Amino acid sequence: MSDPLLITTKNLCVEFKIGSGIFNKSVLKAVDGISIDIPKGSFFGVVGESGSGKTTLGRALLKAVPIARGDASYDDGEARYDLTTLAGPDLKDYRKRAQLIFQDPYAALSPRMTVRDIIAEPLEVMGLTKTRDETDARVREIAEKCRLNLEHLRRFPHAFSGGQRQRISIARALVSGPQFIVADESVAALDVSIQADVLNLLKSIQRDMGLTFMFISHDLSVVAHTCDHVAVMYLGRIVESAPTRQLFDNPRHPYTKALFSAIPSLDPDDRGKAQKLEGEIPSPTNQPPGCKFHTRCPFATDICKREEPPLDTCEEGHAVSCHHWQELSAKEPA
Amino acid sequence: MSLLNVENLTLQFDTDEGRITAVDNVSFSLERGEVMGLVGESGSGKSVTAKSLMKLNAGNGHYSPKSKITLHLDDGAVDVMALKSPREMQVVRGGAISMIFQEPMASFAPAMTIGKQMVEQLLIHSDMSKAQAKELSVEMLDRVGISDASTRFNQYAFEMSGGMRQRAMIAMALSTKPKLLIADEPTTALDVTIQAQVIDLMKDLVDEFHMGIIFITHDLGVVAQTADKVAVMYLGRMIEQGPVRDVIRHPQHPYTQGLLDALPKLDDLDAPLTPVAGDIPSPLERPSGCVFHTRCPKVVGDVCKTDIPHWVDTGENHRTACHLCDAKGEAA
Repeated sequence: MSDPLLITTKNLCVEFKIGSGIFNKSVLKAVDGISIDIPKGSFFGVVGESGSGKTTLGRALLKAVPIARGDASYDDGEARYDLTTLAGPDLKDYRKRAQLIFQDPYAALSPRMTVRDIIAEPLEVMGLTKTRDETDARVREIAEKCRLNLEHLRRFPHAFSGGQRQRISIARALVSGPQFIVADESVAALDVSIQADVLNLLKSIQRDMGLTFMFISHDLSVVAHTCDHVAVMYLGRIVESAPTRQLFDNPRHPYTKALFSAIPSLDPDDRGKAQKLEGEIPSPTNQPPGCKFHTRCPFATDICKREEPPLDTCEEGHAVSCHHWQELSAKEPA
Repeated sequence: MSLLNVENLTLQFDTDEGRITAVDNVSFSLERGEVMGLVGESGSGKSVTAKSLMKLNAGNGHYSPKSKITLHLDDGAVDVMALKSPREMQVVRGGAISMIFQEPMASFAPAMTIGKQMVEQLLIHSDMSKAQAKELSVEMLDRVGISDASTRFNQYAFEMSGGMRQRAMIAMALSTKPKLLIADEPTTALDVTIQAQVIDLMKDLVDEFHMGIIFITHDLGVVAQTADKVAVMYLGRMIEQGPVRDVIRHPQHPYTQGLLDALPKLDDLDAPLTPVAGDIPSPLERPSGCVFHTRCPKVVGDVCKTDIPHWVDTGENHRTACHLCDAKGEAA
């Protein structure tokens, strides 16, 4: 990968204090030692179940939750920031450069603002435009890019369907001219018929404007079709990370394999073939020792219960964190 | 005899903006032990249709006089449309028909233990004693794979994870031994791994209890894995129905084809995603003729804008309401 890196993290940790009182304090490790590199202009996917810490990771990179430990930096060629210490005017500038698209387009848009006002708000708040005409021109430009009907700018969000609302949220995120966008489950609330439309829009925007996306999703099939590189998270850690094609052709971690086989197949004759994962993701307040996946892993042995596996590189760009990945891949018929 | 017969079901709602048609002349039937997948986008009327089976829709709803819902139970047929008082309605609501909702957190009362809610419905719908009801409830919780069921029985909904809540919901719905189970997007709010577990569980339970299931979902993958037959709805109309294999492998209606094409496929990552063009029209602006003609890539001509397509046989037990199939039929 020769592309310069936009986001780099090393051993990034995010913790939340929970409980009150003197005796009842504990720390929840939502993101636990994550190192990722996101090249400029890439579509980086993060996959995992609820509670895996994927949303918290995205928020930490946007400085929306405090970073407890580790390093994180941002470099778009014009500006370089250390995200752990970012504050004051630099933080304000970073807000223009990094934006978030939310999951639920019904909750993310104020029902009392017109579409024009919703899209214009970041411009006004950040003081990016000086006159109303300038703002309007910018709003129209972005609205066209997001394939919104300009007639609709005067309407209120309630008049729109889910797909249209999500396009409005995307326009709002893009209006300040960001370089880095975190899309957190941005198509999860949409119907399949519209989901494809929004995914295509995100892809074309990313290509045309040269943006970098972090695409957070629980849906592997969606990630497979949009992202260049995928990181699979489980209980705050990355268990496997690889270029999309490599991950899908040759998943190494038992958790990744289980995620794949849990996707309902479109073939009615394929029933019951899936390799089912027992149990549920443990509570992040009460994490298992050793490999965090060992409580649900069909291949767990003693070492898995004691020692945390390192993140090994098995191929160029493909890392896996499992004690047994070598034996497991050897066992599989080619 | 079929377990359920729905004929010409039409339901309209009065709203501030005018009268909207949520369900338009829908007919289908369901056998015992049969799973029907009801598929469509949001706003297609699938939930409203299912709720009509228990007349659970809001007070501003009007059923057309031609609507007919018949439930064939062991002790005779029940005409659901004729049920008036809440007391009469109990025969179907929670009695012969149980429903599992999409959001398990919202469907349990937050200030009542799971157990109390399970026992309450058993006391209403059967002549069990409290102790018997408790025993059965704990047994059902155990049956759906909740470990330590007697402890869970005394817990509140917020103390459980999403997957466990949905299991508890299923246990509760099945403990009254319904003849028909309506599952409204029961796995949509769950993670894929938990979804796979819940789907497995539901399959086991159909085999065991031999009831009919209406499985509402927008995920055709889930339908392929669970259903025996599929019905596809769009803007309140049913547009295609048939055996699951036939519909998924040989979809006839352009909308069904569009839904299948829009799904991201794992075996071909390079295939571009093809959305169904456009947005579902507002129910206030229902298109004339075929309701799908505004988005249809295969409009045959003006007939699509003027005439409502009627059912055409497009395979064994497979019917499609599309002028395209009409044209094909005539050509053949």
